[in-house]
Amino acid sequence: MDILILVQSATSQGVVWALLAIGVFITFRILDIADLTAEGSFPLGAGIAAISITSGYSPWIATLLGFFGGVLAGLVSGLLHTKLKIPALLAGIITMTGLYSVTSRVMQAPNIALLGEKTVFSWFQSLGLNKINATIIVGTLIAALVILLLFLFFRTETGLAIRATGDNIDMSEANGINTDNMKMIGYMISNGCIALSGALIAQNNGFADLNSGVGTIVIGLASIIIAEVLFRNQPLLFRLITIVVGAIIYRFILAIVFELNVEPADSKIASAIVLVLCLSLPQIRGKLGLNKSKGGVKK
Amino acid sequence: MKMKKLVTTSFVALSVFALAACGTSNEESSGDSDAKRVGVLQIVQHGSLDAAYEGFKEGLAEGGYKEGENLVIDYQNAQNNQDNLKSMSEKLVKDKSDLLLGIATPAAQSLANETQDIPIVVTAVTDLAEAKLVDSNEKPGRNVTGTTDMVPDISKQTDLLLSIIDNPKTIGIMYNAGEANSKIQASLAKEALEKAGVEVKELTANTTNDVQQVTTSLAKDVDGIYIPTDNTFASAATVVGEVAKETKTPIVAASIEQVEAGGLATYGIDYESLGKQTGLMAAKILDGDATPSTTPVEYANELKLVVNEEMAEALGIDPASIKAPE
Repeated sequence: MDILILVQSATSQGVVWALLAIGVFITFRILDIADLTAEGSFPLGAGIAAISITSGYSPWIATLLGFFGGVLAGLVSGLLHTKLKIPALLAGIITMTGLYSVTSRVMQAPNIALLGEKTVFSWFQSLGLNKINATIIVGTLIAALVILLLFLFFRTETGLAIRATGDNIDMSEANGINTDNMKMIGYMISNGCIALSGALIAQNNGFADLNSGVGTIVIGLASIIIAEVLFRNQPLLFRLITIVVGAIIYRFILAIVFELNVEPADSKIASAIVLVLCLSLPQIRGKLGLNKSKGGVKK
Repeated sequence: MKMKKLVTTSFVALSVFALAACGTSNEESSGDSDAKRVGVLQIVQHGSLDAAYEGFKEGLAEGGYKEGENLVIDYQNAQNNQDNLKSMSEKLVKDKSDLLLGIATPAAQSLANETQDIPIVVTAVTDLAEAKLVDSNEKPGRNVTGTTDMVPDISKQTDLLLSIIDNPKTIGIMYNAGEANSKIQASLAKEALEKAGVEVKELTANTTNDVQQVTTSLAKDVDGIYIPTDNTFASAATVVGEVAKETKTPIVAASIEQVEAGGLATYGIDYESLGKQTGLMAAKILDGDATPSTTPVEYANELKLVVNEEMAEALGIDPASIKAPE
């Protein structure tokens, strides 16, 4: 039953990558902003956590510091976008570019090894769990906590104002919402989650690397879209949960591609094709008349 | 009604995953029982690393392990997406490999993080101790050993560069500060050059897209350029070469592949022979004659003088005048 091991592995990674996807979801779907800061805040979170751990801090504190690093990164993108009126896409790219140097300074080296260091996963491992199960448990707990906090937050007045800003910015302003501030808070929470994901993944992988941000935005977006294709029109709490499922499925798809042993040069097109197949499944089902409910992906 | 259905669906999906997650621990994957399985994890496709992999296979063959006969190789390449490394390492460990090969630092770390039991050899890693792959280069102490691509003495390369230039005053060093390997070598090269009494200017590029500008900008201020083994500059070696021809700048690069594609000369690491050395180490481990924990990390035992004659001509230098340093 090879497939079960793959599912288990995909689950363990999916739950930690899900935090990145949730971060991307906050800007991309709730605020309706395409924010590319992710590719910078992800390695920043990883780097801060790694340097903190190797400097002797507890892995939990290190992870938290990584989170706050991401919050600051989000603040920068937010300020560039709202105060300097730089288009969101550019603001994200600018911050991402600048963060490369910042992370390099923070880490003081392009790569920090965490092999043999204490991580947030090692306590559960010391209880006798293997690494994958420890990751699933810790990852699920942290993801559940983040989802719960976000759910509660988005029901507060500020949270609702953020959602309103994303839904209809003119109407929100007319109702006296300071949309700039709402966007800024959104950016900060989003990149905090992304950096938190980076911090956890570095600990799980055994190293933080300056170049680990490459391609992360794709992972976040793919997880979100897979979730939306599979589970349409969900209320917020369920949407957040389905993103975790989306992230797991994305990792599972990749694992299958690796399992097929395609030529290295072809592995990216193979991932792309499998993704297209998954994403177009509802369309195909619809054409075959198997789908009773209508409507596309909710924007 | 619809809502209820969706909730059920998501719960079913979640619980399937959860069940699957708890249900398995150790399943045997069936395979050929006689053949040895070697899993290979490489960070990105490029000349030097590919050459190291080819050399590794040669080394294994020389040690008695031939692909298709008594050896099965599972080759994985992360295509420079580090998020792939974890899944790929898990796959290689799960498939009950008898030995693993990690090519370049992040790939090696990823494998070492995945298993403390399966022997791992690594290559194209500059400092195994710094990367926490081994306790020390002499006594690795764990399940990892291999070859380093650190030039045993980097001053041999900088001396070669200085010997090519009449009265050198300023020498440039170019590398990607984001690569652990390059950073270590760049600082060693700087030390060696300053010791030889020349001024050093460093410029770094983060991606291959910046290489042309960085090279142009550095070339105009210096008498010659040194490039350590660096994935970014190795990938963009031809761009470097074009600029060097235009600005008539002699370039010594650490790797042979880079010099062949766009440098003047090197007295350096031949990744293919380094990979072969690694393959021979691996064969011994597969034979059961060695264990990683007591096998010291090896330096390249072959350095080669390579001169790019076309480049020498373009720079107006007689290729025969370039000699290996003492």
